[in-house]
Amino acid sequence: MTFPVNQLRNDFPILSMQVHGKPLVYFDNGATTQKPRQVINRLVEYYETENSNVHRGAHHLSNLATVSFEGARNFIAHYINALKTEEVIFTRGTTDSINLVASSFHPFIQKGDEVLITAMEHHSNLVPWQQLCKNKEASLYVIPVLEDGTLDMPVAKKMLSQKVKILAFTHISNVLGTINPVKELVAEAHRYNIPVLIDGAQAIAHVQVDVQELDCEFYAFSAHKAYGPMGTGVLYGKSEWLNKLPPCQFGGEMIDQVSFVKTIFNKLPYKFEAGTPNVADVLGMEKALRYLDTLGIKNIQQHEDGLLEHATSSLLEIPGIKIIGQAKQKTAVISFIVEDIHPYDLGTLLDQMGIAVRTGNHCAQPLVESFGINGTIRVSFGLYNTLLEVDYFIDSLKKAINMLL
Amino acid sequence: MTIKEKAQAVVEEFWMFDDWMDKYAYLIELGKDLPVIDSQFKTNNHLISGCQSRVWLHAEEQEGQIVFTADSDAVITKGIVSLLIRILSNHTPKEILEADFLFLESIGLQEHLSPTRANGLASMIKQIQLYARAFQLKSNQL
Repeated sequence: MTFPVNQLRNDFPILSMQVHGKPLVYFDNGATTQKPRQVINRLVEYYETENSNVHRGAHHLSNLATVSFEGARNFIAHYINALKTEEVIFTRGTTDSINLVASSFHPFIQKGDEVLITAMEHHSNLVPWQQLCKNKEASLYVIPVLEDGTLDMPVAKKMLSQKVKILAFTHISNVLGTINPVKELVAEAHRYNIPVLIDGAQAIAHVQVDVQELDCEFYAFSAHKAYGPMGTGVLYGKSEWLNKLPPCQFGGEMIDQVSFVKTIFNKLPYKFEAGTPNVADVLGMEKALRYLDTLGIKNIQQHEDGLLEHATSSLLEIPGIKIIGQAKQKTAVISFIVEDIHPYDLGTLLDQMGIAVRTGNHCAQPLVESFGINGTIRVSFGLYNTLLEVDYFIDSLKKAINMLL
Repeated sequence: MTIKEKAQAVVEEFWMFDDWMDKYAYLIELGKDLPVIDSQFKTNNHLISGCQSRVWLHAEEQEGQIVFTADSDAVITKGIVSLLIRILSNHTPKEILEADFLFLESIGLQEHLSPTRANGLASMIKQIQLYARAFQLKSNQL
């Protein structure tokens, strides 16, 4: 069966837009994805017919909102194959999820201990650990990335030891597109009982995420990179770990009993959800994941692989182009540079032709600098992109290069 | 010519271009033709932080007027700086501080003014004004 991409495009109102008088070609899906009408309508529907505060109040609307909200948790737990529904914590997104774990992790790390990350982390999965290490006088170590954009696995294995208290790394690199061997590295870490956090920001919209199969202790992702609303996301955690971690934000919802002398915290998942949650956007996130589920993530992946292959081979025919990140296991991300041309100049000209790409260091400065460059142009595909768009992009890129050289 | 007259001349130059490609081709040309900045001024001290393209700006006073020189690692940015320099160089601090930058809008470059991390145009203008203010303070003290 061919992927019904032209039909699906009709679900995304923004895709019919014109930019500088040209049809929009949106190739910045790694930064955020566009939203289908189904998700947008869900937000409207909630505010028009269900809006109320959850988990309190005996009235009709509050019950309705609570049932929808907990229903979303249930579906998302099922979508990522969590063992228990309460292992899904709603957060503001990937960054918030990682910060939650890093802030709550302080009882489990002492002076002289180690935290391990990789050289391909974006700032969200680097800075929180750096701060934790700084506060606890622990050391942050970085697993190196090889020339082709894959992790140096033999070195990674040697860096694991009893002293490492947590390993945090990305499922898929936002710059290189590399799909990391999560299962293998998690299994290695478990030999030393090291808990593992996976940053799933770039994975959730592109590959199947099965947290039980990956066997990681924590998995973080954002809704907005998976066709859902901005401002919400998930922290999945194995219940034994979530029960152990102390909460790092306090207030309503996260409590069981409060007196002026002491407070007994609520049980999972509420322990980590202080204050009124972002109900509408959580329902939008559920809708987005249901949308992916209906299409089938494997079909989406196959479609995006087709775009990736076509774009890669077409790019390589252009003289002076160098693709950064050539792992065999890649998702729909291509970073490249063109000899003697600044990425910003190309991005500006492509924009004039209606094409949205990302230029710069992609919030992963250390990684980009390790390749000896000061930025790249990144195209990142989504389920609604087409081979025709790739061809138009290649033609436009050639035009831009001619103008600049 | 006053700053206003020079800006008007630039605006009229850009009216000639029917489409964006000619406009950008011209900016690129301007960028390539911008006289090179003295390498001693291409230091972090003269760097205007715009996350993606780096811009170095130097100012010196010659007989009460400010002369700007600049460079950038991105050629379109360099073209835009070259326009700014052409309009604002060789004017007194007072004239520079009184200048408005509406001409950028008239030539369709206002999108480069948005406070994104992508470019330093907004910071360039701010830096030009800071230089003007500093020279003005200095001359008032003399």
